[in-house]
Amino acid sequence: MMRAGFADPVLDAQACFRAVLEAMARPGRVHRVAAPPEPPAPLAAAAAAVLLTLADADTPAWLDAGAGAEAWLRFHAGCPLAASPAQAGFVLACGAPPRLAALAQGTEEEPHRSATLILQVKALEPGAGWRLTGPGIEREHRLLVEGMPPDFPAQWAANRAGFPCGVDVILCAGDRLAALPRTTALEIG
Amino acid sequence: MAGPAPGSTPAGPDPDEAARRRWMGVLARAGAAEIAARLDQVPPLPPHRRLRGPETGLVMARGRQGGDGAPFNLGEMTVTRCSVRLEDGTVGHAYVAGRDARQAELAAMLDAALQDPTRRDALLAAVIEPLAAAQAAAAARVAAKAAATRVQFFTMANMR
Repeated sequence: MMRAGFADPVLDAQACFRAVLEAMARPGRVHRVAAPPEPPAPLAAAAAAVLLTLADADTPAWLDAGAGAEAWLRFHAGCPLAASPAQAGFVLACGAPPRLAALAQGTEEEPHRSATLILQVKALEPGAGWRLTGPGIEREHRLLVEGMPPDFPAQWAANRAGFPCGVDVILCAGDRLAALPRTTALEIG
Repeated sequence: MAGPAPGSTPAGPDPDEAARRRWMGVLARAGAAEIAARLDQVPPLPPHRRLRGPETGLVMARGRQGGDGAPFNLGEMTVTRCSVRLEDGTVGHAYVAGRDARQAELAAMLDAALQDPTRRDALLAAVIEPLAAAQAAAAARVAAKAAATRVQFFTMANMR
């Protein structure tokens, strides 16, 4: 059954955009989406809100959440669906995420043409876990993410080595989100 | 999503689709007050939830010279759209010219209700057919007025 999108499409999308902006500017800080939509399962509130906010008719999206979620996104965001993750501007993964190297990386001239990966994870906790350093972080931010593939830190190191190309990641759990822009360095423990 | 959404590929010749296209067209040409007056004479429509809108925006109307030339942008027009869902999951859509949010919502509610075969005939008879008759009468009136001012160029034919 088709569900509604944002209660107030303009203001709620602006509030979500601000949350994503703050999360990208301070990698590893956890933000809440104030007024998330009620997405169809298995999409969680924050991941669906980010996709509704960012995707539009010019950004092909790819998601592994099934036909109900695809129809919902098509209806509310009006974005085309990509045939494979490599062709998508936004990739949403609820289950096992595609490898970062398999997504659009951008080019040296146009690094902004890379994909943004929206990863729906089990939990996000600041203050423990990964040590994040880089632009936007004064000393270090710590972020504990549950439900990531074990080789993600290695993939992330390879992703960062390709700068200015590379994928940006938005981590979503429930109505909370945090971001890993391609400039952020990640160390375990 | 139930039924063809705007922008999706048409499903080919389908009697249900042709009927739906007709009632959507009639509702898009009728004013909110006219639709509401007709709705007063039928049992209340089932409760609905707004999925999107009613919201007003611009769409680019495109034309083709001679009907088969290259497409060109004719100009932008104001359109109000609304999509609603009934409790059984049926989705109704409406795109109407102008800024009348009430008309768009009534048209979307009726589109959803008309997809239910058990109510369709009653609603068609009580709402759609009278509106279509009124629109046909108004079009005939305008055509008759224009026909009265028609100039017949007899001379061109008689001079030869």
